[in-house]
Amino acid sequence: MSTIKWKTPVSYLFLTLMALFFLMPIYLLLVTSMKSVAEVSRGDIWGLPDRINFDSWRVALVGSRAAGVTALWPNFLNSIYLAVPATIISAMLGSMNGYVLAKWKFRGANVLFPLIMFGMFIPYQSVLVPLVQLLQKMQFGPLKLYGTIPGLILVHVVYGIPITTLIFRNYYAAIPDEMVEAAKIDGAGFFRIYSSILFPLSVPGFVVVMIWQFTSVWNEFLFALVLNGNPKVQPITVALNNLAGSFQVDWSVQMAGALMAAIPTLLVYILLGRFFMRGLLAGSLKG
Amino acid sequence: MESASETVATRTSPARPRRRFNPDRLIAIAMIIPSIVAIAVFVYGFIGWTGFISLTKWADLLPDYRWNGLENYRRLFMDDERFQQSLLNNALFTVFFIGACLGLGLLLAVVLDRKLRAEGLFRTIFLFPMAVSFIVTGVVWRWILNPGTANQAQGVNLLFDQMGLGFLKWDWFLDNQWGILAVVLAAVWQMAGYTMAMFLAGLRAIPDDLREAARVDGATEGQVLWHITLPLLKPIVVSTVIILGHISLKIFDLTSAMKVGGAAKPGDVPGFYMYETTFRGNYFARGAAIAIIMLVFVATLIIPYLISTFRAEAEA
Repeated sequence: MSTIKWKTPVSYLFLTLMALFFLMPIYLLLVTSMKSVAEVSRGDIWGLPDRINFDSWRVALVGSRAAGVTALWPNFLNSIYLAVPATIISAMLGSMNGYVLAKWKFRGANVLFPLIMFGMFIPYQSVLVPLVQLLQKMQFGPLKLYGTIPGLILVHVVYGIPITTLIFRNYYAAIPDEMVEAAKIDGAGFFRIYSSILFPLSVPGFVVVMIWQFTSVWNEFLFALVLNGNPKVQPITVALNNLAGSFQVDWSVQMAGALMAAIPTLLVYILLGRFFMRGLLAGSLKG
Repeated sequence: MESASETVATRTSPARPRRRFNPDRLIAIAMIIPSIVAIAVFVYGFIGWTGFISLTKWADLLPDYRWNGLENYRRLFMDDERFQQSLLNNALFTVFFIGACLGLGLLLAVVLDRKLRAEGLFRTIFLFPMAVSFIVTGVVWRWILNPGTANQAQGVNLLFDQMGLGFLKWDWFLDNQWGILAVVLAAVWQMAGYTMAMFLAGLRAIPDDLREAARVDGATEGQVLWHITLPLLKPIVVSTVIILGHISLKIFDLTSAMKVGGAAKPGDVPGFYMYETTFRGNYFARGAAIAIIMLVFVATLIIPYLISTFRAEAEA
């Protein structure tokens, strides 16, 4: 038992050092974004700002012609218009699919399910060109799908089907079949069973799926880059990447922009971390 | 954490023998058909179409579906040095990324499993990078690792100078030979917490008395870890390697944001090369061939995993 005496402090020391490593980029993001341009170019990036200064935040938010920076705020809004509907539709679709696969097993479902699951692992490069071709052809009245937010929502909903279906199917599989059978005997139909038994029990499942989808859609880059090339419809990841790609843009502005892109998902994580974990583990199929 | 297993476990209801006609069954199938059609078209149809494009001569903005056989593939593997280098870069990235994530993740999990105070806080800190985009990670790490100039070091190099460790200074992602390791560092920062979470869930599922019995028999902590814990964690290691592996084979966002992609750059990977070839160069057929090669790599990893997962589930 004597070994415990030194092991505990060593453990804490190790964990603290690792925590510093993991937090260091956030520290740097914060302090750099609050430094003046002059201070950043002077060199010492690690120290606290001489004077707290929100100029770079303002430049990143609303842009500045002088600094050659276009505003990120419209792109931030684009990301919200994209991620919120995509998340809600994905969750509803996944819930319905999960319900069918868990409680209405039909012939062929055992083959179908892995075939659906494969869709969440593919490199999206392997579908990009046909996707562009199809979206360019699809137009419903005034609603265009190529290069628009609704088009990108559709894409995220479709490619979100595997993961949302998986999480809900596993979630509903844990609800006893006897409950469903009893409801059937009482004469409840497909929708009645869903609305009165499954759905009311689904709140944690919805939270897990919605956190997962919101985070993935918010953070996604490749689809947005290829499909929404027009700066007006770019989500924030693409706009941030362009901002950071420009040599003239000051580091402090880049960091303020990165912070803007990170804040919504970080907030979700901080507020609902427990559910975030569950989604994470569910995303790997088996534990 | 404790509730993780309930979502992870993939339990199915036993097959019902009854196969009478039932309108509700029909509704159930009707409800899932749109999703099935969507996946059939957007995943399998599109992959098939990409495969076809990869066999054509399409190399301009307008489609050109003249047959070209396997020429695009032959060129990539035989003549295209940039493609071969990108494969090598990706292989290097994959090995170091998975190795470091597993090592660090296991270490963090084993230490956290000692039921220390503030465990939740540490877990939260190690895991939060998962919540941010690879683009944010790339932008921040490009700043942290920015080597600066010979006279004015920046980023980590500056830190080394200030700590009297100047000999550790390095060009990081600008190093033409090993720059990919700087990208690995950023990727590990983002994903090590995930590995830790997987391992921690696995460790918590191992009954305490198993390890306790070994300790009573006089086994050292190292022996317990090596002979008891690790073998029991093997399924988790396999899952983790596959998840990290498929992320790593598709890596694109991070190298884009760190600006290390492109010809003769250290972070040029097939994902980025495909994007440039197709959407910058308009060599659609060649881009499609790169995409199909990427898909084959990922499928080689994922298909056996899917089969074994669902077979195990069917037997359960």
